[in-house]
Amino acid sequence: MSLSREDVEKVSLLSRLKLSEDELVVMTDQMSRIIDYIDLLSEVNTDDVEPMTHAVEQFNVFADDVVHQSLPRDEALANAPKRDDECFHVPAVLGD
Amino acid sequence: MSESLPYKIVIGLEVHVQLATKTKLFCRCSTEYGNAPNTQTCPVCLAMPGAMPVMNREAFQLGMRTACALDLQIPLFTKWDRKNYYYPDLPKGYQISQFDLPMSEKGTLYISDPKGRFEPKDVGIIRAHLEEDAGKSMHDEANGKADSRIDLNRCGTPLLEIVSEPDMSSPEEAKAYLEELKLILSYLGVSDCNMQEGSLRVDANINLHIETKNGKIATPIVEIKNMNSFRAVERALHYEAPRQYDIWQETGGVIGEISKETRGWDDSAQVTRAQREKEDMSDYRYFPEPDLAPVTVTEAQIAEVKASLSELPQQIRKRLQADYKISEYDAEVIVNQGQATVDYYEALVSKVNDGKLAANWITQGVLRILKEQQIEIDAFPITTDRLADLLSAVQNKEIDTTRAKDVFEKLLESETSVADMMKEMGIEKVDDSAIDSLCRELLEANPKVVADLKAGKQQAVGSLIGQAKKKNPNIDPGSFRKLCLEIVQSM
Ligand SMILES: [Zn+2]
Repeated sequence: MSLSREDVEKVSLLSRLKLSEDELVVMTDQMSRIIDYIDLLSEVNTDDVEPMTHAVEQFNVFADDVVHQSLPRDEALANAPKRDDECFHVPAVLGD
Repeated sequence: MSESLPYKIVIGLEVHVQLATKTKLFCRCSTEYGNAPNTQTCPVCLAMPGAMPVMNREAFQLGMRTACALDLQIPLFTKWDRKNYYYPDLPKGYQISQFDLPMSEKGTLYISDPKGRFEPKDVGIIRAHLEEDAGKSMHDEANGKADSRIDLNRCGTPLLEIVSEPDMSSPEEAKAYLEELKLILSYLGVSDCNMQEGSLRVDANINLHIETKNGKIATPIVEIKNMNSFRAVERALHYEAPRQYDIWQETGGVIGEISKETRGWDDSAQVTRAQREKEDMSDYRYFPEPDLAPVTVTEAQIAEVKASLSELPQQIRKRLQADYKISEYDAEVIVNQGQATVDYYEALVSKVNDGKLAANWITQGVLRILKEQQIEIDAFPITTDRLADLLSAVQNKEIDTTRAKDVFEKLLESETSVADMMKEMGIEKVDDSAIDSLCRELLEANPKVVADLKAGKQQAVGSLIGQAKKKNPNIDPGSFRKLCLEIVQSM
């Protein structure tokens, strides 16, 4: 097992996911297998390979600083589970 | 002053500056401040699935300008990363920021204090990187458990995060750093630096170094947030240093044993308070932003940006002192007002050819009025032409400084020329023979004063100046005084 149960608990907390006991066991196993699979890459000889910082061979994609029309507010808010005429509503956020 | 303290203060500052673009960093929604909530959003800044960010060219340019002005090195390759955390004002669940390859690093900012409260020094800057802002959450405290409301207009606005080395050793130095940084940013025109509107935000890291019997120790680092002015930063640091010392004396807790704490400044109570930690928030799991192409820069582009920079505050201060023979203090006052005041000063000097005189009238006259009337120099009613005419009248002794100040006040309220205004106020140059006869007349009428003057009591001439001004308000007191003394000496 490359991942411990504690690792998965921590990641689930960071992701704001509440996992049951059973789910923790399943996720620890599944995530470990994913990590082990990716770990295969470490067996490749990379001596002559330039470090890659980005997956796409594309650079300097810019847009000009010109204002475009934003969405009408009603459309911006349309998918919100909870809202009023102006804002999204979320459970109370306290003490910034 | 720090010599008397039983500790050395160590301060580092993180400043977030909103760059003066028209649109957001990764979409073309407007960044205009103060509009109705959620009227400046689009699929990109709302984090709709499939929406793709595209870098704002102007934001990158403004970042480069700032970096060059702060002597930061600009690497030829830079990329963006996702900083992952969940918060309701961050719809994507990550902020696009820069982690290991920021757009600039290793710079300096020179600070000094004309009042001499600290030695001038170069404060190191670790890095300045380009990232996006979050939205705004509003909570009605009175309403207790009610929902918070989220406005995403600000979400995606370009910020430059400028991180200093922990090089400042007093709250005064920290304030000076912030003031100089703000001044540079305004000279560059890269930000409006409006703290009330959140265009400039400061977080301060502070701890203490203490010599003990067992060697030097450092107290745990505290990050202070929620400071809404530079004065608040200075006060919060003044509060925090002795507080940390007291805690250390009580607990002996040192850096490493106790983790970094975040505290908020309560301006009304003038104290810092522990803030609830967003638990485990420090693990941001950065990884490269796959939706955004990295940026490459050439040496030629960097040179071009450097060449395009206008003169910076410290360079102007030095030049004004050298060219116009004014004091470091006067240069500081004028330059700290901004480019428009420097332009006004230089226009005035070119007309009156006396740097010191022009500086005096600006620092003591013009700036006082600007403050009283809460206006900018562009709206100041006396043009440099009119003020130069007035100062020339002073230089030619057509008017003394006290009466010139009266004319100055009148000029504020009308567009009349200086010559007309002086005529209107009955001010005209008194010719030498008139001064001479008035001197002789008053000396004759005041034998006691003559006796006092002969006995060496030069201040006795004061009463004659008073009488002379009553008889003829246009008398130049300096010339009158000099002549009286000469006449008495020859008697
Ligand atoms: Zn947008």
